[in-house]
Amino acid sequence: MSILSISKLNKSFGFLKVADEISFDVPAGQALGIIGPNGAGKSTLFNLITGYISSDGGHIFFQNEEITQASPMKRTLSGIGRSFQIPQPFEKLTVFENLLVAGTFGCNLDEAGTTDNCVEILQETGLAKHANLPAGQLSLLERKRLELARALATNPELLLLDEIAGGLTQGECNSLLATIKSIHEKGVTIVWIEHVLHALTSIVERLLVLDFGRVIAIGDPGEIMKSREVREIYLGIEV
Amino acid sequence: MIFLDSLIQGILLGGLYALFAAGLSLVFGIMRLVNLAHGDLIVFGAYLILLLVSLLNLNVFVATLVAAPFMFVLGWILQKFILNRVLGDDILPPLLVTFGLSIVMQNVLLETWSADSKRLSAGALETASLTIGPINVGIMPLLIFISAIVVILVLNLIIYHTSLGRAFRATSDDPVTASLMGIKPKNIFSVATGLAMIVAIIAALYLGVRSNFDPSIGPARLIYAFEAVIIGGLGSLWGTLLGGIIIGVAQTVGATINPEWQILSGHIAFLLVLMVRPRGLLPRAFD
Repeated sequence: MSILSISKLNKSFGFLKVADEISFDVPAGQALGIIGPNGAGKSTLFNLITGYISSDGGHIFFQNEEITQASPMKRTLSGIGRSFQIPQPFEKLTVFENLLVAGTFGCNLDEAGTTDNCVEILQETGLAKHANLPAGQLSLLERKRLELARALATNPELLLLDEIAGGLTQGECNSLLATIKSIHEKGVTIVWIEHVLHALTSIVERLLVLDFGRVIAIGDPGEIMKSREVREIYLGIEV
Repeated sequence: MIFLDSLIQGILLGGLYALFAAGLSLVFGIMRLVNLAHGDLIVFGAYLILLLVSLLNLNVFVATLVAAPFMFVLGWILQKFILNRVLGDDILPPLLVTFGLSIVMQNVLLETWSADSKRLSAGALETASLTIGPINVGIMPLLIFISAIVVILVLNLIIYHTSLGRAFRATSDDPVTASLMGIKPKNIFSVATGLAMIVAIIAALYLGVRSNFDPSIGPARLIYAFEAVIIGGLGSLWGTLLGGIIIGVAQTVGATINPEWQILSGHIAFLLVLMVRPRGLLPRAFD
């Protein structure tokens, strides 16, 4: 059963088409990777799914319910969590408060109902020792972990990760991968935009390639990476 | 001794200015909205208390308690149906709307209550005083100052120790990301303005008890509130109290030297602080 279903989604900024008849499904519990050159429309696709921007046409279904016109808040409450490519923590709130905000408002729970979950997520994402630090003082890796942690605090059924491994050292990347793997093993569906291909392909079961807002290919990561068109467009390799 | 007396009177007067300014500071800290009608809303609050006192024969303090929920709803409606529609990247539309609202409110109050000045009566409390050594301190100024501290303590408690406060701060930090965390920024703004109006009714009570008021005095009171907020540091409530105290002390000390210097001394103190600390004494939007 598909948890996320996108049908003929369109979005333009002026004359630039950033989503061109995008259609795909994500089965529940699966991890789907999204790759594509810069400006392909990957983050825009996340913005459309989360309601950050509205679409010009097409449909988005989440758990068989159409959410195309739903507010960002409603989408979060229905179970879509998201991390940003450029971390956007609430810088003046502490790390723990960032999670509490996501836990209380993103799950419609009172503070007591979400505190234990937030503590657990802090430990799972390696942020427990920074719990009382203002989020603005975190390093890049810690900010990325906070993005992940905050998205998890909304108790998502579907987790959208936007270039979460970008800019990290190999060691940091491996440590983050272990965390993402353990989250996926708990049954959380993941859609992950990433340029760090070895990180992405170590987790995702399917790969989708976007170019100029169009879906070029979708399928098994091994097969996709062998595709001549994908190698030309994405890797810039002349075949 | 006269100087010490002026200093104490000035500090206590600062409490009143802090009460004028606290609601303004709260709203600015959360949504970067400068409400030019804040002074008129305080004057409206004073008339509302007067109405309740004369209609229901209530004590002014009880009338304030009765008026508080009404003021909350008024603030909520004002934000939801008017101010939320003009809030955005451009700061000019909300400024113009609140400026217009200020003029409308003054005229409505003038039509309803006439230009005659009014006053709220707190009975014997108004003249009661406390003798501490060689200094006589009025109970009412002391009550006003204590009320300002309590109001700021409660607001800080809400902002830093409740779920609503975290939503205030998260929305102040990044309203778009906050909406992806399940927060409705516009609802949060409405609640914040409602809360600011509860503070405004407390300020209205003391404004009416301490001095005469008429429909046109809102903007003059707003000036003191602005000065307190700005020299205190935008968005900082304790800074607002400190700013109020500085203006209050400057005014009373100025008046001691020459009664004609009272208002001017406050404005000069405002400019001097700005010259030394352009971002205010305790600058921070809610963090």
